[in-house]
Amino acid sequence: MATGNKSKARERAKPAEKAGTATNETHVELLRELVAHLRQGRGPLREEWARRIMGARFLTAMTNDEILAEVSSVYDNYLGALETGSIEALEAYARDLSERIIPRGVETHEVVGIVLLLRDVLARSLFSKYGANEQALTRVLDAYEPAANRIANTVAVGFVQERERIIRQQQEAIRELSTPVLPVRERLLILPIIGIIDPQRARQLTEQLLRGIRINRAKVVVMDLTGVPAVDAAVANHLVQTVEAARLVGADVIVTGLAPEIAQTLVTIGVDLGKMATVGDLQGGIEEAEKLLGYKVVPIHETVE
Amino acid sequence: MDVPVLKQRDYLIASVQAVLTDRDLVVLRDRLVEQVGYYRSIGVILDVTGLDVMDSFSVRTLRDMAHMIRLRGADTVIVGIQPEVAFSMVQLGLSLEGVPTALDLEEGLAYFDNRPKRNHTRLR
Amino acid sequence: MTRGAEALPRMASGLAKNLNETATIAIDAVADIVTARQRGREMALRLGFSETESTLIATIISELSRNVVLYAQHGEIRLEASTKSGKRGLVIISHDEGPGIPDVQRAIVGGYSTSGGLGLGLCGVQRMVDELHIDTKIGRGTTITAKKWLS
Repeated sequence: MATGNKSKARERAKPAEKAGTATNETHVELLRELVAHLRQGRGPLREEWARRIMGARFLTAMTNDEILAEVSSVYDNYLGALETGSIEALEAYARDLSERIIPRGVETHEVVGIVLLLRDVLARSLFSKYGANEQALTRVLDAYEPAANRIANTVAVGFVQERERIIRQQQEAIRELSTPVLPVRERLLILPIIGIIDPQRARQLTEQLLRGIRINRAKVVVMDLTGVPAVDAAVANHLVQTVEAARLVGADVIVTGLAPEIAQTLVTIGVDLGKMATVGDLQGGIEEAEKLLGYKVVPIHETVE
Repeated sequence: MDVPVLKQRDYLIASVQAVLTDRDLVVLRDRLVEQVGYYRSIGVILDVTGLDVMDSFSVRTLRDMAHMIRLRGADTVIVGIQPEVAFSMVQLGLSLEGVPTALDLEEGLAYFDNRPKRNHTRLR
Repeated sequence: MTRGAEALPRMASGLAKNLNETATIAIDAVADIVTARQRGREMALRLGFSETESTLIATIISELSRNVVLYAQHGEIRLEASTKSGKRGLVIISHDEGPGIPDVQRAIVGGYSTSGGLGLGLCGVQRMVDELHIDTKIGRGTTITAKKWLS
């Protein structure tokens, strides 16, 4: 049975689907042969690859020595994945590699590019070894290409995922830093906002503020927009909604430091001024808030006298 | 789902601790509007901590309730609106239109204690 | 070998379950509105929506299912986890065989309601979802499809 299926499988364009185990065995055998060949040519093939990476101006953020060192380990991991068919080790390596090179500014197209270059370099070497025998070449490529594609895919996906993870982490950190909700007195919160407010940040800001009101049992919030140059209509609307939502949760919001542009946007969207208390600057806002809370700030010497 | 209504000094306190259907909410509204006269209360504190959602129907019903209670001579403060619920309300453009709100029961009571006494005639 | 082969797809389907989740809730009485919105909120949270967004989704479901009860008495809410260009999201479909909406444009623009202002929060819904399709025929019924994607 094995021999019969084997010879059939060789003639098929898409052998894997029906030929089953026999084909897999053939592939494994072929891959082993092929890996042996590529391992033998390790030195020159690696150099050829490194040369083409530099020629394509990939990894310019790294020195040539660094490229050569990475090239060696990627090459060995690549062969390992080809040989065993298991991509787990390669996945781990790809993650580790990505973690190291992402902070250096290596881009996705470079990573995809270098893996495709390796695929190309190795395929060329297979061409020159098996090229004379067309049947043998087809068989070898049938075995090599799916494996090589899978590896390229694994590395690229690993890189992109790592990149996305880092970006998400950074975004979260930045967002949390960018909208601190500060309790300055009992029942009084200050929310100083600095920089551009995009819709995502606006949403985060609202959630943090509303939660902050509950946690701190705040009655008054001073939202200071001195550091915000302008907002678009959507964000302006969102700010008004935040003020209303804070009211529903039980806190009054005093908005301070509105730049002329923001004032204009708010007027353009037709804000209901009855629903929004505004004071010129942060200091005035805090004074107003203290008044609302029943505080009276007096210089020390006056109380002593 | 029956909402317990408590009489505390001059106030009625109703505490919604679980999700209410439209019908439950209407029953609660009618009960409070009735009892505010029966107990001669001057204020109603409605704690909606347990409400999972405030949609157009619940907002409308609560607003109507507050207005009806006002017509019967008392005031209403709604407390315990959850942050997510509050923001969904404003995003959907739903407003309690002037019905006062506070953080929780304690703040609701403080609202009544701190406000200046009203001196117009009541409907009792 | 056989056991292993069986276990794998089962595991995979367990993982993918959240992404293919669907639910249909029959809407016949006001109590079903609560069921529908609770199911919707749970599903939204599982899909990765924040507490706030999930509450918004629950509110939208509440509006849609109330319209079913108010105008058609019977119908259903269908919830489907979905993806679009790599973004996950939730599709809410309300379906009834009621009288239909006579003037869809007015219903969306806002303020318009034929049952004493209690139903049809459609203008709010329209603003809060990413896609809204209303398919309605007078005397035949209404199907409203609202889609919300994770940002």
